[in-house]
Amino acid sequence: MSDKEDNEKPGLNRRGFLARGGALAGTLFLGGCDALSQNSTVQNILKSADGLTEAVQRALLSPDALAREYSPDEISNDFKANGSTDPQTPDYLKLAENGFKDWRLKVGGLVETPLTLSLDELRGMPARSQITRHDCVEGWSSIGKWTGVQLSHVLDRAKLKPNAKYIVFYCYDDLGRGGTEASRYYESIALVDAYHPQTILAYEMNDETLPIPHGAPLRVRVERQLGYKMAKYIRAIEAVESYDDIRGGEGGFWEDRGYAWYAGI
Amino acid sequence: MTAAAGSEAGIAPRKELVYRHSGWVRATHWINVLALLVLLMSGMQIFNAHPALYFGSASDFDDPAVAMTYERTGDGYRGVTEIFGTRFDTTGWLGGGADAEGEFTRYGFPWSITLPGYRSLAMGRHWHFFFAWVFVINGLIYLAYAFASGHFRRDLTPDGKEMKGIGHSIVEHAKFRFDHGRGYNVLQKLSYLVVILVLLPLMLGTGLTMSPGMDAAFPWLLDIFGGRQSARTIHFISAALIVLFVFVHVFMVLVSGVWNNLRSMITGRYAVRTAEPAHPREAAE
Repeated sequence: MSDKEDNEKPGLNRRGFLARGGALAGTLFLGGCDALSQNSTVQNILKSADGLTEAVQRALLSPDALAREYSPDEISNDFKANGSTDPQTPDYLKLAENGFKDWRLKVGGLVETPLTLSLDELRGMPARSQITRHDCVEGWSSIGKWTGVQLSHVLDRAKLKPNAKYIVFYCYDDLGRGGTEASRYYESIALVDAYHPQTILAYEMNDETLPIPHGAPLRVRVERQLGYKMAKYIRAIEAVESYDDIRGGEGGFWEDRGYAWYAGI
Repeated sequence: MTAAAGSEAGIAPRKELVYRHSGWVRATHWINVLALLVLLMSGMQIFNAHPALYFGSASDFDDPAVAMTYERTGDGYRGVTEIFGTRFDTTGWLGGGADAEGEFTRYGFPWSITLPGYRSLAMGRHWHFFFAWVFVINGLIYLAYAFASGHFRRDLTPDGKEMKGIGHSIVEHAKFRFDHGRGYNVLQKLSYLVVILVLLPLMLGTGLTMSPGMDAAFPWLLDIFGGRQSARTIHFISAALIVLFVFVHVFMVLVSGVWNNLRSMITGRYAVRTAEPAHPREAAE
């Protein structure tokens, strides 16, 4: 460490060297980052932070803490429909043709009493309405009013077995465009969210029958997480102990494509 | 912890190596550099998923405060940035531009400066949230050290005399005369304090307000920042201010003795002119 290192006369060469070095380092850094992003070990290290985020949020969030509810004048008149907005699967088109009169919700898996419910039966159950903010993973938000039956009510009717840990939603829309069962949308949530008071199976939006772009005839609202958790076009609900063996094994359509299973942030 | 160097030799410029930055400051500084760089680049990746900003709780898609978009003109597509209704042609910088093959590609920020360098909101989020934890833990360690050791009081809080001299300091800086000695000057202290105590905490606070889980746990976050979309916009603005700070900071590092500055943030040792020159003639320097 001598004084000669002091930069009393910064020469052009030195600056040129710095600039070239900086550009080279930048290029290497950017290229390196892309290589790192595709390395599965790095991906797993980065994803490990999801577990920390989930643990901390669960610790801060009491099971019954509610997402903010808004006033009717705050309802968005341009609520964005995202993901599938007009499913073209043959079984869905057939159901849509006569206003979902033949649609049935199947509730099964780890339950004592498997259920098959029509829309009228769901509408006959105690209803909850809530005006909430829908936060998309992309960054935008829209506010809407949702009416439906609390998922907890349906699950209590079906009586979960003690080893049930997750609720899986199977959907009609083929968002993966594979033309198979496996490419259709699905999602899963933990029981703490399934039993949250604002977690409802919604059949109405803004006081009207749930429109097709927003998931007719039935979608789930999971108000303390991002939009991709809130499956639309629901066909069946299954209680499971683990989602490891379902399709990609990550617990949802987008999760199988790299997104975090816990979407509270 | 000072080491005299060459001060007995007579009329050569007198320098003294002083111990300027503690190990805690140096370590947390460089970890913060890495964390902020990754957060910025992955943040632009996330922003590109919906390159528009709004105020309030929800998005008014027809009337964004800022939007990066594109338009078709007579001779092809142009990248456009719209700020409060005024449109600017920002082809190649914002909104869209030619990709490596020369094809027009839509973006908010160019993919060459996002992390990853291709469209992947999922990976962008993983990078962002992992390094958000690095940033938070590193920041808490720094704050605990800075308060406990007196670093804030001793090195970063300007006294009344310094505050009175602020006008002089601004004039001197404007003339590119930098009196960077043993400690920080008043403008340095104030800008560091603003970044450490205002901008960086603002990034964290507005970032958490975008989380629907955190909003349920702490609904007052929404009230502080005026709604989730306002929080997202403030997150963006304060990121831009931090980038501005980094540009000025790096510029000052370059022009006020780059090797001396770098050495002091790596080894802790910083060369200063000795306070009392041995020969009276040198006092006029």
